[in-house]
This record gives sequence, C-alpha cells and structure tokens, in this order.
Amino acid sequence: MNIVNFTPVTATVGGMIIGLAVVIFFLFNGRLVGISGIAANALSEKNNRFDNLLFLIGLVIGPILYTLFTNKEINITISNSLILLICAGLLVGIGTRVSGGCTSGHGISGIGRFSLRSIIATITFMIFGILTVLIKNYI
Amino acid sequence: MNKLISLLTGIIFGTGLVVSEMINPEKVLSFLDVFGNWDPSLAFVMIGALIVSSPLFHLIKNKEKPLFADSFNYSKNKEINNRLIIGSALFGVGWGLGGLCPGPAISSIALLNINSMTFVIAMFVGFYLVKFFKLSS
Repeated sequence: MNIVNFTPVTATVGGMIIGLAVVIFFLFNGRLVGISGIAANALSEKNNRFDNLLFLIGLVIGPILYTLFTNKEINITISNSLILLICAGLLVGIGTRVSGGCTSGHGISGIGRFSLRSIIATITFMIFGILTVLIKNYI
Repeated sequence: MNKLISLLTGIIFGTGLVVSEMINPEKVLSFLDVFGNWDPSLAFVMIGALIVSSPLFHLIKNKEKPLFADSFNYSKNKEINNRLIIGSALFGVGWGLGGLCPGPAISSIALLNINSMTFVIAMFVGFYLVKFFKLSS
C-alpha cells in the first residue's frame, strides 16, 4: 500500500460542510439527507416531491456557485466506457434502493444516529467497492 | 420556507462535495484502491461530516418538532436482512466500477460531462426497476 494524493484538510472541511447540510435539513425540515432516497422519491412519490426536486437542483447549483465565487475550475476524471458507466449506474440505482440508502443515507445520516443497520450497510458497500477495484485493477 | 431550506441544503451539500473533491470519481476510486495507491481522503470526509452532524442530530431529535415541519420524519428501520446486505453489495460493486455514488453523480451534472450524465440516467433506471418490482427496503 502506498498513500497518494491524500488531502486530509480539504476532505475534513468538505465533510464538515456536508455535515452542516445534514444538520440544517434535519433542524428545519425534520428529514435526514439520503440522496438515493431523495432522488428516487423525487421521481416516483408525490409526497415531498417539490422539496426533493429542489434539493437535487441545489446539488447541481452548488458546484456552479463554487466556480463562480472562487474562479476555480472543477476537474474530474471519469471512465470513458459507456458500457461500464451504464452497468455501474444500474447497480448503484438498484443496490441503493434495495438496501435503502447510499453513502449519504447509510454512511453519514445512518451512522450519525448510530444505526447498526446503516453501519452494516456501509461496511458491506465499502468491502464490495474495494474488492471491485482490486479485481478491476489487478486481475 | 421549507422549500427554500431544501434548495439551500442541496447547494451546501453540493459545495461540500466539491471542496472535499468527492465529486471526482478518480478520488473515490483511489480511496477504494486500498491495496494499491491508496488515498484515504474519503474517510476524512465521512469523519468531518459525522463530527458535525452526529452530536447535533442527537440534540435536535429531542426537540418537540422541526422548525419548518410538523414532525421529524426519518427511517427508524432496524431490520438487518438479506435486502440490506445484497443491496449494499450491488451498490458497492457499482461504486467500485465507476467511482460514482448518487450525490456526486447528480452534482457533476453541473459540469455537463456526458459520461457522468450517462451514469445518472442508468441510476434512475435502476431506481425505477426497484420500484417496479417492489424490491425497495
């Protein structure tokens, strides 16, 4: 194992900003952030639909405002294989709904309220994510 | 007012994803590359988020009600079952393939990247399939 590109300060600060979003949503609207749930329900549930849509629009506006205010370009590196991205998207969409949460819903909101269910979910998706990268990169 | 909070929360969350660089799938994949070139940053994002949210969650939940809603409304499901494990495993494989999970994928629509948009469309198809076959947790 080599440790590379480690950015502990921006990671922690960015994480605290995410935590702040979770707190505000809970204090004012009484709901815990889980993005897979918000996104799926924005399409299929009448209940809270407009709130959910606004949250998703906010998620997209966030990076735009960041670029406007800081003048920093956001660079991402993503796979070019559309087949891989379609498979990945389907698996993420199906998996998060079957398990009832994603990195935010189980990993942050769930663990934050000490839910054993979410701790088990997070350990499981981390292990399978690590195994998938291991197989993809080295086998 | 709660509509404004929803929008604002999304904006703050999306900004956090940019500041922490979790919007970049390469950064996420290198967190999952524990046995190769490992970047532990994602763990620090989770710790940062939990330091802020967990203590305040436990304070706020004892209030009578939220400020702009009639009652607190969050999952209290405690069941540990096959769906939880199988769903999380499928999610983990998809996460490891692309380095994208729902939040960063949706935020990256802002970058007008055709690859991440393809992922988002497939993800919504996945949401729909689970709904259609009534498999959700």
